[in-house]
Amino acid sequence: MNFQIAMLLGQDGVTNGAIYALLALSILLVFTVTRILLIPQGEFVTYGALTMATIQAGQPTALVWLLLGLSVLDCACDLYAAARSSHGFRFPRRIPLKLGYALLMVALIKTLPLAELPMAFQVLLTLCLVVPLGPQIYRLVFQPIASASVLVLLIVSIAVHVTMVGIALLLFGPEGARTRPFSEAGLELGPVTFNSQTLWVIAVSLALIVGLFLFFERSLYGKALRAAAVNRLGARLMGISPTLAGKATFLLATFIGTLSGILIAPITTLYFDSGFVISLKGFVGAIIGGLVSYPLAALGALGVGLIEAFSMFWASTYKEIIVFTLIIPFLLWRSLASRHVEEEE
Amino acid sequence: MLFKKAVSTLLLSAACASFAQAEVKVGVITSSTGPIALVGLPQKNSVPLLPARAGDQEVKYIALDDGSDPTATVKALKKLITEDNVDAIIGPSGSPNAMGLIQFVAEAGVPLLAPVGTAAVVLPMNDEKKWVFKTTQNDDLIAKALFEHMAKQGVKTLGFIGTADPYGENWAKVMGGLAAERGIKVVASERFQRQDTSVTGQSLKVLASRPDAVLVAAPGSAAVMPQTTLYDQGYRGQMYQTHGAALPDFLKLGGKKVEGTILAASLMLVLDEVADSHPSKQVARDYVAAYEKLNGSKPATFGANTYDAGLLLQRAIPLAAAKAAPGTPEFRAALRDALEQSHELAATQGVYNMTAEDHSGFDERGRELIQVKNGNWTLLGSN
Repeated sequence: MNFQIAMLLGQDGVTNGAIYALLALSILLVFTVTRILLIPQGEFVTYGALTMATIQAGQPTALVWLLLGLSVLDCACDLYAAARSSHGFRFPRRIPLKLGYALLMVALIKTLPLAELPMAFQVLLTLCLVVPLGPQIYRLVFQPIASASVLVLLIVSIAVHVTMVGIALLLFGPEGARTRPFSEAGLELGPVTFNSQTLWVIAVSLALIVGLFLFFERSLYGKALRAAAVNRLGARLMGISPTLAGKATFLLATFIGTLSGILIAPITTLYFDSGFVISLKGFVGAIIGGLVSYPLAALGALGVGLIEAFSMFWASTYKEIIVFTLIIPFLLWRSLASRHVEEEE
Repeated sequence: MLFKKAVSTLLLSAACASFAQAEVKVGVITSSTGPIALVGLPQKNSVPLLPARAGDQEVKYIALDDGSDPTATVKALKKLITEDNVDAIIGPSGSPNAMGLIQFVAEAGVPLLAPVGTAAVVLPMNDEKKWVFKTTQNDDLIAKALFEHMAKQGVKTLGFIGTADPYGENWAKVMGGLAAERGIKVVASERFQRQDTSVTGQSLKVLASRPDAVLVAAPGSAAVMPQTTLYDQGYRGQMYQTHGAALPDFLKLGGKKVEGTILAASLMLVLDEVADSHPSKQVARDYVAAYEKLNGSKPATFGANTYDAGLLLQRAIPLAAAKAAPGTPEFRAALRDALEQSHELAATQGVYNMTAEDHSGFDERGRELIQVKNGNWTLLGSN
């Protein structure tokens, strides 16, 4: 091991760590606001990456039909709720908007020359396709059981994960995929060349983290979400809708997941079932943060990335074991150091 | 009236029964969902192409999916044997799945034609494994071709990156033996997981040991990442790949970075360049054309392994039917004996010559040395 190898490994660890950190933050965000452990977070990563790859291959992605299907279900639920409303039936105005959006996406995918679009537009299109899935899944699956116990929410979350992996196989096929890098150039600093994609990952991650910080500190919606995380009932009494809070966090989490997928797709081969392991490592980071502290979670996730990179070099056979064994001392330390707080219900 | 009815019913059922007897049922188990769907899907897509007749017998295929789960494989097997009363089984897709089936097929006395990678399903041969036939080239057959080439090129040191699963482990074992035989020193032996997002560490370690050549052993598109990572880090030595990389996606994902790679695999990748005299050429060409017509894409080799199982059965079923009626234990035993005597059977992957000891039956006609040139597979020839 010399300096150059250490630098390369460090670069690799920071790249992966930045992605894990983003996932850890979104897992944490969803958990504090809705008490749902978002197991399917990794699926949004693969959906983002694989959709991007399909678009770059110039094929109309079948994901758009999933979007349309979920939109129709979503609208059906809205109609049903409106029909049963005690205030008499009022046609929900959101329906034409939601269906219109989904149909617009179908039209775009079917007509645009996907492969020739500029990269930025492809990224935007991927985000527009994948991100709405998050709030829709919340609306259809989690909203009806929002007040259930953490255990029930966890089990449902696992069910959603398994379903999404199956759907991914149908949509994207069993082969791995990779996308084109954002730019070919690298940055040379002394003996080490920094891969341009690495710089992209780090820059976008930092921007997102700063953006999230500003959102939660400065904006009214951000403060409302924080309030819902601190005390659900109190926030509700102050007029913060738990449904809105749930949908908003899912929107954020899906956005972060999809963007992470798009960011790492050029540097790694992703498969329809790659998401779980990636989000699991983000989850280890979130655990290190005790599922409450954002900075600790981000640092923990970064640590996971670095440890992974170096154990890959020293003992590649035991890499996963080393990474996941990490969680045990932290759980021990957490359970010994912090007072156990009974759940509110 | 009642009597008439009874008689006609009886006659009808007798007719049905005799009709059913003239039909050979073959179960097919594939992993068309789950982690090894990559292997299972082309196999499932090949089921409609399997021969529908063998001699005078109709062959009916009953396909089940095991979701890549070895427990589900055993369940599917038991269902096929007890409920459908099948005479032979093609499948499953994964090596661990197949290992779990051996004792059950031996118990039930049903021949199993396994299109799986690991040679452990037929080696070492014993009383249970004699019911299993394997329609893929053994790793050592492929490896020998690679190592012959390495020796000719004067490769003295070799790096190895393989998957941490039975495929990679078996290759590591085969490689160790052959390298020692030819005086090639293995300077680094690293493992990675198919789903890993990065193999930087492993490839740096290989790079640091400065090998003359590097061998990557991974099934499917997982074979790409170690090689592209090595390329990005500046490694320009000769790269070798196994038959696990022999699929179109390898070229698609690897692009320019896999140029010059050498691998040994069945002739399917380089059909147009193989001499017309090769007994497998026409068979493979027909299969590829039929698969493309049905599914709209070129088949991965895995599908052809399943198809070969169908061809083996097509040859063996008439021989067994001459001895006993399909659906009976005697027929299955005769079928097994007939399969074991398959001689000079040209199929898509090569030519099968089964013996009591060798239930894979390939010789050097089952492999070609292939090099990636200008983004295409090209035959390296026997020079």
